[in-house]
Amino acid sequence: MVEKGIGAAVPRKEDHRFITGRGRYTDDINLPGQTHAVFVRSPHAHARIRSIAKEGALAVPGVIAVFTGADAQADGLGGLICGWMVKSKDGSDMKAAPHPVLAVDRVRYVGDPVAVVIAETLQQARDGAEALEIDYEELPAVAAVDAAHDGPLVHDEVPNNLIYDWELGDAAAVDEAFARAARVVTQEHIQNRLVPNALEPRAAIGVYDTGTEEFTLYLTSQNPHVHRLVMSAFVAVAPEHKLRVVAPDVGGGFGSKIFIYNEECVVTWASRKIGGRPVKWREERSEAFLCDAHGRDHVTKAELALDEDGNFLALRVTTKANLGAYMSTFSSAVPTYLYATLLAGQYKTPAIHANVKAYYTNTTPVDAYRGAGRPEASFLLETLIDKAARELGMDPAELRRKNFIPKDAFPYQTPVALTYDTGDYEATLDRALELADYEGFPARKAEAAKRGKLRGIGLSCYIEACGIAPSQVAISLGAGVGLWESARIRCTHTGKVQVLTGAHSHGQGHETTFSQLVAERLGVPYEDVEVIHGDTASTPIGMGTYGSRSLAVGGEAIMKACDKIIAKGAKIAAHLLEASEADIEFEAGVYRVKGTDKQKTIQEVIFTAYVPASYPEGVEPGMDESAFFDPPNFTYPAGTYVCEVEVDPDTGTVAIEKFVAVDDFGRVINPMVVEGQVHGGLAQGIGQALLEGAVYDETGQLLTGSYMDYCMPRADDLPSFEVHTSPGTPTATNSMGVKGCGEAGAIGAPAAVINALTDAIGQRVEMPATPERIWRAVRASAMPQAAE
Amino acid sequence: MYNFTYHRPRTLAEVAQLLSANEDAKLLAGGQTFIPTLKQRLAQPSDLVDLSGIAELKGIREEGGGLTIGATTTHAEVAGSELVRRLLPALADLAESIGDPQVRNLGTLGGSISNNDPAADYPAGLVGLGATVRTSKREIGAEDFFTGMFETALEEDEIVTAVHFPKPEKAAYAKFPNPASRYAIVGVFVARTGGGVRVAVTGAAPCVFRATELENALAADFSPAALDGVSVPADGLNEDIHASAEYRAHLVKVMAKRAVAAAG
Ligand SMILES: Cc1cc2nc3c(=O)[nH]c(=O)nc-3n(C[C@H](O)[C@H](O)[C@H](O)COP(=O)(O)OP(=O)(O)OC[C@H]3O[C@@H](n4cnc5c(N)ncnc54)[C@H](O)[C@@H]3O)c2cc1C
Repeated sequence: MVEKGIGAAVPRKEDHRFITGRGRYTDDINLPGQTHAVFVRSPHAHARIRSIAKEGALAVPGVIAVFTGADAQADGLGGLICGWMVKSKDGSDMKAAPHPVLAVDRVRYVGDPVAVVIAETLQQARDGAEALEIDYEELPAVAAVDAAHDGPLVHDEVPNNLIYDWELGDAAAVDEAFARAARVVTQEHIQNRLVPNALEPRAAIGVYDTGTEEFTLYLTSQNPHVHRLVMSAFVAVAPEHKLRVVAPDVGGGFGSKIFIYNEECVVTWASRKIGGRPVKWREERSEAFLCDAHGRDHVTKAELALDEDGNFLALRVTTKANLGAYMSTFSSAVPTYLYATLLAGQYKTPAIHANVKAYYTNTTPVDAYRGAGRPEASFLLETLIDKAARELGMDPAELRRKNFIPKDAFPYQTPVALTYDTGDYEATLDRALELADYEGFPARKAEAAKRGKLRGIGLSCYIEACGIAPSQVAISLGAGVGLWESARIRCTHTGKVQVLTGAHSHGQGHETTFSQLVAERLGVPYEDVEVIHGDTASTPIGMGTYGSRSLAVGGEAIMKACDKIIAKGAKIAAHLLEASEADIEFEAGVYRVKGTDKQKTIQEVIFTAYVPASYPEGVEPGMDESAFFDPPNFTYPAGTYVCEVEVDPDTGTVAIEKFVAVDDFGRVINPMVVEGQVHGGLAQGIGQALLEGAVYDETGQLLTGSYMDYCMPRADDLPSFEVHTSPGTPTATNSMGVKGCGEAGAIGAPAAVINALTDAIGQRVEMPATPERIWRAVRASAMPQAAE
Repeated sequence: MYNFTYHRPRTLAEVAQLLSANEDAKLLAGGQTFIPTLKQRLAQPSDLVDLSGIAELKGIREEGGGLTIGATTTHAEVAGSELVRRLLPALADLAESIGDPQVRNLGTLGGSISNNDPAADYPAGLVGLGATVRTSKREIGAEDFFTGMFETALEEDEIVTAVHFPKPEKAAYAKFPNPASRYAIVGVFVARTGGGVRVAVTGAAPCVFRATELENALAADFSPAALDGVSVPADGLNEDIHASAEYRAHLVKVMAKRAVAAAG
């Protein structure tokens, strides 16, 4: 093994610059002649725009321009799109209403951008925004998904606000199984709406070069190439080859920076309109609450049919998903293909049917947020199974064990479209139970009871599909793009290696992990590898970083490009060593003639490629190879989380006493990076379970629009996590055996926490399980009659 | 923010002069409440008079067996003071429970009570201890000082200079923080003094108040058990997305019991 190669807990390369304040984020970039943009946003959830009077704003000192939706339309600017076509069960297309970059005639959520004011300074732009007169006629609004079907229409052309009525699975088989079931367990629950809250707010600087007629956009993006594609092909800001998108250091995304938003389109377009001066925008935190796509927001009914022995016979799910006022970039796929396809979980349930209705409401658009569909599926299944265990009087771990897909059943075709390739669910369960001292729990519960505390333990055996996707599968299911990744390995004269990737790192540590991969495969020192990402001008086209795909898909593209380098090097080495190519073997950075001590290092071979004094015939000079990778399948990370909580019955406060995570991520490249990803995911999952929840009032005003009311998890809300990644079952979907680890924590944690809480207090409460909800449940359990 | 003229006077006389000369002048202490208000353009003062340069508003000293704390003393200074720990540990605990380290290092006693946020902690401490607010014009008893939600007895050009806290026999503060903001959903300050038992409640209602039912019960028997039979009415208590009035009423009692237990 190479030092700092695969498996080594190398400290992250990028941390030096981040920790010393030397990171370079979009807002750190200031260009000569730069102007500042402020967006004027709707204060109403739903209103008709009667008129906009620009004069007052234009008269403000320093204001350069004011643009409205009408200006954008007149200039031929298109609208934003949802890039995944989901069809209703009757075969009809989803109803994607127009989404102009600046509202035209109607505003549909609080925060909907109506105009942009551009000025010499930010203060002047704010003054101008305040002076802009917009006359609104308020309209009735609908915020809750449950009220959407019969609510006021968000888009006149979409009856009942129903975007699609979609299904997956065999309804008849499910009905048949329910008819013969010994027992049916039913649960209705809410998936609370979450605000993504990346540390760095979104920002964009658009620049039009009047000389070259090229646009450059500096942007907080998780996928600069996808931004460029959509902004050119659909919004028509610029032809694709005339638009360069640069995503420099990006301070977190969690999905929210995947999407193509109004603001980046507008500032890029506006720079041309004002003669090429750069236009800079950076959102306020309060804008982030209103405008960055939210996550989750489902209302679900789930039913599990079991036979008398506790075997799962069938699962029936109906979900209403709130997609907000417009369909964001990937919104349609999240409550469908990223959700219902995961409803088999780790179990061999033979029949599953899901019906999902997606609705427009007068709220912030909803799209992928860490986990995206999979947390919703995992929560549903894992809390429902716990309910079944309680009703059957069975141990929740044993009920799961009984229904697991056995380890010799892989590849396993689920009834909801996926083929799991590897896994050993019982092994992860056993390890987690042992680490959590599951056996010793009753004693701890009794001890807590002596102190007047209610102690509970809960499990969650999650599965997810990562590394989206095999392009053909995704496209056949409605994706508008392929989902491969690409990489380029460029070696230099001195034997250094540049890795150019189309993925983007915004907290994942790619610079470190990808360097380790290359160091391992090429046998060069880790320090000699540089990872370049984020600029469409220099990196190969890639589909971006989300869905825990960068390593499993993008990493494999890097491996393939490395293999091409090695293969080309073998020809050169054979020539230099005067041997036949077939006799050359490569290991740990050295080409050797088999069975001899004749050898050349990879650095010598690379040098020869650039200074070809003596060189094989027909071989091109240089060492610079590209590769694409389109995986044959998703990867399926899975694991068991065990959470132990203690509730103070007097106040309803809950403390997480212990949290054990055993994740099967396949092979682990950098255990420290993986642990960090799991920690962050667990914090978000615990946040969803106990703390976070976006609340709208009936008029569509967001009541949780700042940290005064929206509760993010803090260090003192969390225990010291116990995180383990063995036993792991490497996947064969890529040559590294890796599965992806970025979202697992957020997927598996909510159910573990809620199950522990339910175990403690005897009744499930909706998320976020706030102290008052818990206190009410405790009180209801203590007064059985009153609870009925 | 809108533009304003910034002043950093050295004496109270200069402050008075600045306030009378500029009708829209406002005082700035730690800025923890006021600067966010300015940033959101919710206030448009012509002048900002920063109190941080005035020596006579600072500091903590023993006076008449109790404590006198200058208006610009930060929460962190109160929490970390040996003197406060010795004479009035409950007040040090209260200051320690405010916000986070950044807020405690800048936020001040005078700013907190002048603002009189219904969920702020100090109002409970002042009313619970029967403190006296000293201003540039007069002395005001704590109960008369806090007049309503974000309202105090302060006149336009009146400045809080210090607060005097008498020393109780026993006291403690118990706070149930809002998980998001960490302000008090309910905070109860309990003190046993020569003049009787005082129970002051913050967070639960639009303004700090004394819970007379609890005071009466504790006057007879200063123990947590004495509160068992007592119930706190929910009428008039705050109701929001974080807590209903009913839950707040319940928490008042629970926090009061905890404060009594902690007071020993
Ligand atoms: C994140 C956060 C968390 C917080 N958590 C808590 C908490 O848990 N508990 C809590 O109690 N508070 C909390 N606070 C508020 C904090 O305690 C502030 O310090 C307090 O609200 C105001 O004090 P200040 O010194 O910052 O005053 P400023 O913000 O400077 O001023 C506030 C107001 O008081 C006026 N003023 C200031 N000084 C005087 C004076 N001497 N005389 C007359 N008027 C004056 C100002 O003109 C202004 O109107 C929190 C604040 C933040 C930002």
